[in-house]
Amino acid sequence: MLTAAVFLPIVGAALLALIPREREEMLKAVALVVTLATAVIGLSLLFGFDYGDAGRLQYTVNHGWIEVINSRYHIGIDGISLPLLILSMVITVLCVIYSWDHFPEPHNPKAFLILMLVLETGMNGTFAAQDLILFFVFFELVLLPMYFMIGVWGGPNRQYAAIKFFLYTLFGSALMILSFLALYFKGGQTFDIPLLIAQGGAIAHGTQLLIFGGLFMGFAIKVPMFPFHTWLPDAHTEAPTVGSVILAAVLLKLGTYGFIRIAIPILPEAARSWAPWIGLLAVIGIIYGALGCLAQRDMKRLIAFSSVAHMGFVMLGIATLTTFGINAAVFGMVAHGLITGMLFFIAGSIQERFGTRELSRLGGLLLQAPRMGWMLGFCAFASLGLPGLAGFWGEFPAILSAYQPAAGLSEATFRAYMAVAAIGTVFAAGYLLWMLQRVAFGVVKPEFEKAHIHDVHIPEYIAWVPLLLGILVFGIFPHLLFQMTDAAVSVVTHGVDAVGAAGAAAGR
Amino acid sequence: MPFTTPNLDYHALSPEIVVTAVLAVILVADLFLDSSRKWLLSNIAAFGLVAAMAPILSLALSETDVRSMVGGAYVVDNFALVLKALFLGIGFVVLLMSSNYIEDGDYYEGEFYFLLLCSLLGMMVMASSRDLITIFVALETLSLPAYMLAGWRKRDLRSNEASLKYYLLGVLASAIMLYGMSLIYGFTGTTVLAKIGEQMHGSAAHQPLVTMAIVFIIVGFAFKVSAVPFHSWAPDTYEGAPTPVTAFLSVASKTGGFVALLELIFVGFFGRGDVWGPMFGILAALTMTVGNLVALRQKNIVRMLAYSSIAQAGYILVPFAIAGSNDGAGAKSAFTAAVVYLLVYAAMNLGAFSIIVAVARKTRSGEISSYGGLYEYAPGLAVLMTIFLFSLAGIPPLAGAWAKLFIFRAVLDAGTSWAVLLGVVAAVNSVIALFYYASIAREMWMNPVPDGDRTPIQVPAALVTALGITAAIVIIVGVYPQTFANFGDLASLVP
Repeated sequence: MLTAAVFLPIVGAALLALIPREREEMLKAVALVVTLATAVIGLSLLFGFDYGDAGRLQYTVNHGWIEVINSRYHIGIDGISLPLLILSMVITVLCVIYSWDHFPEPHNPKAFLILMLVLETGMNGTFAAQDLILFFVFFELVLLPMYFMIGVWGGPNRQYAAIKFFLYTLFGSALMILSFLALYFKGGQTFDIPLLIAQGGAIAHGTQLLIFGGLFMGFAIKVPMFPFHTWLPDAHTEAPTVGSVILAAVLLKLGTYGFIRIAIPILPEAARSWAPWIGLLAVIGIIYGALGCLAQRDMKRLIAFSSVAHMGFVMLGIATLTTFGINAAVFGMVAHGLITGMLFFIAGSIQERFGTRELSRLGGLLLQAPRMGWMLGFCAFASLGLPGLAGFWGEFPAILSAYQPAAGLSEATFRAYMAVAAIGTVFAAGYLLWMLQRVAFGVVKPEFEKAHIHDVHIPEYIAWVPLLLGILVFGIFPHLLFQMTDAAVSVVTHGVDAVGAAGAAAGR
Repeated sequence: MPFTTPNLDYHALSPEIVVTAVLAVILVADLFLDSSRKWLLSNIAAFGLVAAMAPILSLALSETDVRSMVGGAYVVDNFALVLKALFLGIGFVVLLMSSNYIEDGDYYEGEFYFLLLCSLLGMMVMASSRDLITIFVALETLSLPAYMLAGWRKRDLRSNEASLKYYLLGVLASAIMLYGMSLIYGFTGTTVLAKIGEQMHGSAAHQPLVTMAIVFIIVGFAFKVSAVPFHSWAPDTYEGAPTPVTAFLSVASKTGGFVALLELIFVGFFGRGDVWGPMFGILAALTMTVGNLVALRQKNIVRMLAYSSIAQAGYILVPFAIAGSNDGAGAKSAFTAAVVYLLVYAAMNLGAFSIIVAVARKTRSGEISSYGGLYEYAPGLAVLMTIFLFSLAGIPPLAGAWAKLFIFRAVLDAGTSWAVLLGVVAAVNSVIALFYYASIAREMWMNPVPDGDRTPIQVPAALVTALGITAAIVIIVGVYPQTFANFGDLASLVP
């Protein structure tokens, strides 16, 4: 069943390829049906999931695939993958609905929808893969559609942004695959993630550090962490709305997910040595992203920089290597997916109506399109971490977890990080409210006074309401998510704790 | 010593015999066919190649695994069979690419197919050679027709230049190589590789003269496989030659050179890894880096693919560099990596060249800018070209990615720090390479049609077949790389 969830979209893409270009309605309908069917499978996975045992891999499939290198088709999901998998499915459906009559120039819905479906297979597959080579294939499968999506349907500077995105990520994955192969040779000639977790700790410390370094490059570029983030603002700004949404909501999570699923559990010792540096880069990212936001004139670019800051919180949570911190990180990933995805939707709709995203030219959205204005306000508040909305549960526990990092990590260092991150939240409030003020409040600028600005359309409602509801529901009932992730996160941190305990014993 | 007739195994020789018979038929038929019916010749050649596959299959299925003849100078084993099949496959696809090209271009037809098959015959012999003289004869059989094919557009100056450059440097390379071979024979008293291999551990282990001979032979083949700094002929030859011939040279002729290197290194000179290991390391690093960096600047697509194929040769050299390190522990995976790369490279490069032939039918141009907006008027070609390019770049799930993965695996299997460094160089290079492969994709998908002419391209059936075969291989191997698994026992050459 999980296999169907992964491959149904690409089957749909093949189906779309057979439909002639002119029959747009049919193309859209097929794409919608396929994504909806995938999401229904996702829901059934959600309901069939055994929450009492969320740390165990469920729905596993394990077949031989490439026997020469002992790589297997091994998929399965636990409490960490499940919410991200569902997020990816839901976002894709909403994106198809949003695109219904919003296809960016040069139109061509056929190619656009095919790319979107291929992208979904890549994303779902990455979250389900339990074999390093399989993971790598899905991780890379995401690149091509995104490259074309940005490069063909993007803004004026699209070609530069597309190739920058592609080259950056490919550089990271080239080092990543070397690390995977090193794990294969050092970790008992297998690519199987659960098996490697069981025996990864046996690798010599120096080798672990190097391998972790390669993995770090691969994942940190994808997240993106400071200083590897420079592709992100370009890619986000130039991408078409739907591209930005998928990029922000799901693709960035592939990097953080990689840390939680692969790097940390397989190489707990190296993770402990690297953690202070990851934490440092994370808090630099928080502050740098926030300051970057304040310097932006373009609304989408501002949201892109805010992503750098938010992913900084997620990475800080991961860097503590505690159950508490990583739980917060997973929550932060989902929350950021919902909130930032929504912000990019709104930015896209504003661009469509006003023909610009320049903050200095916008104003008075509440007067011209009050519903959209309020939605923007809602998301801005969620994004800055207002308690009661989803953003809070990603940000606040992540900061708190830095107070007490895993055994063996310097408390003083992490408490300093905590203080800096806390200041970062103030900045976050600053730039988000500033954006809200410029866009929604005030009076309409003279150039748009006569313009007829349509408030939220039907397709937009359908696409947005689920996200808004999600932000609210997860804000009020965070345990919905925490109960899923907690058991699985304990499995991840188990190895780290064991190493920490051993280290403490040896120190004594 | 009286001459004794060698005991020939005609079953083992039957693929070569079939090809020889077909090329004789072509030569005779060419005399009697009037010019309106010359098209028959390409069909005869194509059917001949398919017919030659039959004995290969029967040999593969037969009980005897290794058939050795003439005192071990000519061996038919699984390695030889797979490569012979590969050469036949390449020949078949090149025939499909060239039939319309040669017919429409009003070139000599009969001779073209005759020479093409001659060259293929040389390659098939090469796959079985385990002896210095046999290797040399095979090499000349495959090269001499290729020199002429490169100049097939005889009224075009650049084609003449292509042929002449290729010929002069090819002969120079042969001379250097032959000198090295004569030194080896002088020292060891034998030309059979297996016997040379035995002496490399013993009496020849530290002889400076043997070292020099090995260097000479490798330099000779470095010309053949266009490794930097012996690559200078390749871009000019590739650009000037007719496009199907370029495809043939960059795939088949290069593979022939690598096959000879595999035999020489793994059977003959394996004991002297101290000589060829570092040498291949430097060649590989230079070839990848220079090939890719120069390719970045090309405006002509054939020239760009020429440099890209130089860079690809660099990747194939990587496993050679590390085969001898770590006491030969990684030799087997190095050997497999090289063979797998050759197989995959053939499919993806031939595919890319087929697209160039198809697009040039309309645009009559090789400039990359003429690919602008290809997607709008030839979506099928654009999608396939994208697949081939990204496979060359090594993006999964396409076949090229696995070929690269096998290289990386061999590198890490050797495990020495030099090997890992070479692996990192290869990894960085695959990122550089992506830039120019993606630039063609960008041209096809993101830029407008240069002259606004959107009439669709008529692709002849033969080209469609060529594209179908290559694309199918690239995708099927990409999704299910287990198809490689059966080549594990190919490493029979490895000591």
